[in-house]
Amino acid sequence: MLENYLPILLFIIIGIGFGVLPLLAGFVLGPRHPDSEKRSAYECGFEPFEDAHMKFDVRYYLVAILFIIFDLEIAFLFPWAIVLDEIGVFGLLAMFLFLGILVVGFIYEWKKGALEWE
Amino acid sequence: MIDMFLQDILPNVLKILLIVVPLMLSVAYLTYAERKVIGYIQVRIGPNRVGLWGLLQPIADALKLLLKEVIFPAKSNLYLFLVAPVLAIGPALAAWAVMPFDDGMVLANIDAGLLYILAITSMSVYGVVIAGWASNSRYAFLGALRSAAQVVSYEIAMGFALVGVLIAAGSLNLGEIVLAQQGGFWHWYFIPLFPLFIVYFISGVAETNRAPFDIAEGESEIVAGFHVEYSGMAFAIFFLAEYADMILISMLAATLFMGGWLSPFDGIPVLESFFSWVPGLVWLLGKTAIFLFLYLWFRATFPRYRYDQIMRLGWKVFIPVTLVWLVIVSTAQVFDIGPWFTESAVITAGGG
Repeated sequence: MLENYLPILLFIIIGIGFGVLPLLAGFVLGPRHPDSEKRSAYECGFEPFEDAHMKFDVRYYLVAILFIIFDLEIAFLFPWAIVLDEIGVFGLLAMFLFLGILVVGFIYEWKKGALEWE
Repeated sequence: MIDMFLQDILPNVLKILLIVVPLMLSVAYLTYAERKVIGYIQVRIGPNRVGLWGLLQPIADALKLLLKEVIFPAKSNLYLFLVAPVLAIGPALAAWAVMPFDDGMVLANIDAGLLYILAITSMSVYGVVIAGWASNSRYAFLGALRSAAQVVSYEIAMGFALVGVLIAAGSLNLGEIVLAQQGGFWHWYFIPLFPLFIVYFISGVAETNRAPFDIAEGESEIVAGFHVEYSGMAFAIFFLAEYADMILISMLAATLFMGGWLSPFDGIPVLESFFSWVPGLVWLLGKTAIFLFLYLWFRATFPRYRYDQIMRLGWKVFIPVTLVWLVIVSTAQVFDIGPWFTESAVITAGGG
């Protein structure tokens, strides 16, 4: 069984190779004439007057946290979905209970306005 | 050591190249098809100068990008700046390892196939975020933030849609998911799982940052988004990754919901034998091409969504829809309701 994963490892290495080799080829074949204007950040002709790593909206952070919760939920659902035929009604009800708790949280965040983007 | 290389590694590398090289050619000609299709939709001709009907245009584009200077922005974080494109293309290609092209025609026949694809395609968001951060450019930073939030939001809807397929098929192995849809096109999952199919494909369009969800690179607001500072081959790699992901999403949609390599004429008396000589790969590629055409059609048809509309669609429409449909599908599966969810029970009873 484990030998089936060897091609995957090789594929990942080759995939990375397909990223590295064209970059190298671009270095070797392309011209290299850097100057300070060319290397400055593009801001439609304006001088970039401060660091671009600025403050950003807290809602992006909120989305990231909500994503973790829901993605974990999906990670729980995957094995459950595979064996659903074997665990039958008990498994179904157990997952409904679990989903119910999640839905309560989902309704709460919806009503709190965590999903609003104005 | 040499034995191991000859027996295990070399054949696999050849097989991988047999997947990757046609994939790269498909990416090149998908860009050509995109320009042609959108051209004709807008009553233009599209590229027609380089070679017959412009067929050599993608080659010319690749050569041009190869000979362009790769510029490093002065304030960028050089190491991360170079890692980002590699992180974008690596997962986009590696995900193809578990894709079944025909019955038994699969590089790595692993039981966790779909989980592997979900895991490795999640990696590609790192490429976007790191590119936006390392560029140290305002547009790139905004584009990366938007793209990351959008991609993770739609990944949830997509994950829920996939759970529906798993319930119906009872396996994570992509080949077995296709075989579970045998017996004619009315057994394909796009009928019993229709809402999940729609959610899956629209989420796929959003995942790949394509129009009408291409807010991450909205030209009119943030120029090109996260790859605004990339030029030459570094830009080309992001481009390749995006198109390879588009083809992956399309082929997955064909595999999970449209019966993969199965013929659409199975189970129809005369047509089944009439078309039985057609190899499964042809059907799979045909179905994939239909989804790719939809991508291009969307881009030519729909105006770009606003950011709050994108987030509302993902969180407030797709997640509730998929949750409700999951409850329906799982109930139908456990109690063997309806015409679609009874087969696996019959097979279990017959086999056990």
